[in-house]
Amino acid sequence: MPLEIHIKENPTGFHRFDVLWTPSVLIMDPQGKERVRNEGYLPKDEFRAWLDMGLARLAFVAKKWAEAEARFDGIVKCNPNSGVAAYSVYWRGASRYKQSHDHKALSAIAEEFRHKYQESIWAKKSVVWGN
Amino acid sequence: MAVQWRKDVEAALAEAMKDNRPLMIDFSAAPD
Repeated sequence: MPLEIHIKENPTGFHRFDVLWTPSVLIMDPQGKERVRNEGYLPKDEFRAWLDMGLARLAFVAKKWAEAEARFDGIVKCNPNSGVAAYSVYWRGASRYKQSHDHKALSAIAEEFRHKYQESIWAKKSVVWGN
Repeated sequence: MAVQWRKDVEAALAEAMKDNRPLMIDFSAAPD
């Protein structure tokens, strides 16, 4: 559900949500809690991938692990060059781990990062799961 | 299909909660 807050029409809305820059986009869960924020312009394809990531994140926060895994997997497969692809590899693996509690799911993340997105912060975060 | 942008913060938050749907808030300073 989309809501637009324009600084000229509703400046108090910016203060309410601590928005410091435009454009900014927030994704709120149904209870009205902020879950994801983007500050700054994104090209159309990147924005779409970011929105998908937000929905995946909402599923993860709601402990809908299988849905989160599927959504993150969709981003990895459909937007492998997007800015949220490495993030999605990491959290797809985390979603798998949450379903199984099998540490092989975490090792698999580290292994996958040995082959792609090696310079991403998410690859570095997965190093502890290697070996 | 045209996007149905909401403008009322409280109404949108209430609608999201009632319908159990996420809410995307776009903060803009773009000229009309």
